Amino acid sequence: MNHNSRETEALASSAAIVNAKGTGLSLRSIVKRYGEREVLRSIDLDIQPGEFVAIVGRSGCGKSTLLRVIAGLEEIQSGVQLHDGRQESTHDDTRIMFQESRLLPWKKVLANVSLGLTRDRYLEVLDVLNEVGLADRRFDWPSRLSGGQRQRVALARALVHRPRLLLLDEPLGALDALTRIEMHALIESLWREHGFTALLVTHDVHEAIALADRVILIEDGQITQDLHVRLPRPRARSDAAFAALEELLLNQLLGKTLIKPDALAA
Amino acid sequence: MSQSLPRLVWQRSLPWVAPVLLLLLWQLAAQTGWLSSRVLPAPLAIGKAAWTLALSGELWQHVAVSARRALSGFAIGGGAGLLLGLLTGSFRRAEILLDTSLQMVRNIPPLALIPLVILWFGIDEGAKLFLVSIGVFFPIYLNTYHGIRSVDATLIEMGRSYGLSGWGLYRDVILPGATASILVGVRFSLGFMWVILIVAETISASSGIGYMTMNAREFLQTDIVLVGILLYALLGKFADLTARGLERFWLRWHPGYQH
Ligand SMILES: Nc1ncnc2c1ncn2[C@@H]1O[C@H](COP(=O)(O)OP(=O)(O)O)[C@@H](O)[C@H]1O
Ligand SMILES: [Mg+2]
Repeated sequence: MNHNSRETEALASSAAIVNAKGTGLSLRSIVKRYGEREVLRSIDLDIQPGEFVAIVGRSGCGKSTLLRVIAGLEEIQSGVQLHDGRQESTHDDTRIMFQESRLLPWKKVLANVSLGLTRDRYLEVLDVLNEVGLADRRFDWPSRLSGGQRQRVALARALVHRPRLLLLDEPLGALDALTRIEMHALIESLWREHGFTALLVTHDVHEAIALADRVILIEDGQITQDLHVRLPRPRARSDAAFAALEELLLNQLLGKTLIKPDALAA
Repeated sequence: MSQSLPRLVWQRSLPWVAPVLLLLLWQLAAQTGWLSSRVLPAPLAIGKAAWTLALSGELWQHVAVSARRALSGFAIGGGAGLLLGLLTGSFRRAEILLDTSLQMVRNIPPLALIPLVILWFGIDEGAKLFLVSIGVFFPIYLNTYHGIRSVDATLIEMGRSYGLSGWGLYRDVILPGATASILVGVRFSLGFMWVILIVAETISASSGIGYMTMNAREFLQTDIVLVGILLYALLGKFADLTARGLERFWLRWHPGYQH
């Protein structure tokens, strides 16, 4: 694996200067244990600034743990992680979103999005609420919103900080199919406009292929597949190449056949 | 939805039919002499007694004394309970230092302390204040401690990752998260506050509603005794309404308190 890791590392640091909007990420031999149990076993991963990477894998394989490690929410037992080539313990320009919106129920939408901001950034808050289409709901309690609307508020809350790395841990996992499709379009357009690096954990292979430049498969704490999705955007979900990729990933997830990614990801 | 007005009036008044009938029956039984006024005076007689007491100002004086006792006891005991609950809920050190001792004291029913309290304070104001304070302390302490402890950890993590810490985190995440539980304690202790005060005033007092009723008992003025009982009921109801009002205000974000 990572036969070209030195190349990508060089690329990551040079691109960081060119593309200041997104964080370049390098993980080297990351090991995370809970007690005796090794949840992440030597993860190596390079992500280009501004890239959209999806992480798929069975439940319990360590996807959330990996995301929390990158967010700085978990200590690691060994390994190095570099954000834009630097090793820092706190990442102010990184934001993370979860399956639950984690909105404060006792604050109205506007106050939730303004969390941790000074008052003078009010206009920015309004702007970003406009971007997710919820400016007119700014004086509502979160309990009055639907699940999809709550996730949009959580997205706005993350975006108002102009993150350079956005981590998404199954943010659409609890939403209905139609709302998910709407959210895909919203996340894709926000990503294109803002230029942040996006790392999306999902159990939905279809979602991963619809959104990501690259799909990474994690099995039992290890990266076992790293697939470039070279389909033009916006992606037609009924496309034959789309379906082929989807089947290929699903098969590996289900443990059916070994695949040669380069042959198929044309 | 579209109900006729008479029907609506009928439905609204239905729950009141039984109490009104009972009152009428009671009044009748008392007037015909079937019910001795020593046992239970007529409702009108009780109303008249209340009116006379109110006019002379005696009623208000007693109510004021009792209310002052109740509220100062609540302020002292409730305030201490809130402070200590916040302390032990928020700081591990404080919990280790204080919680076990407090949990041990909690097992003593406040009313069991009465003989001791009379030995300490006599029938002084201090005795009543002490009893009420102790009584309201524990419900508020326990619910505050528990409320702080059970604030959603994912929200605290979220707050931290958005740059909140120290007082900011406390104000925006931890305190609001504990409010529902704290208010349960407040509501419970407001009810308990009157119970304790009634017992304390009945046993020993030289003013207040309890004194008024015990005094009336000596002169066989059953009507005034009943006025006192009804006053306690009214004040208890008022305390409960206040607690509900606080809940409706502080928890207005909560789906359970929106209509
Ligand atoms: N705080 C924790 N303490 C102990 N074990 C944990 C903890 N968090 C996760 N794990 C374990 O680590 C493994 C990976 O979890 P996770 O990263 O959440 O999986 P997923 O891929 O479903 O997101 C699971 O087996 C889980 O039980
Ligand atoms: Mg997970």
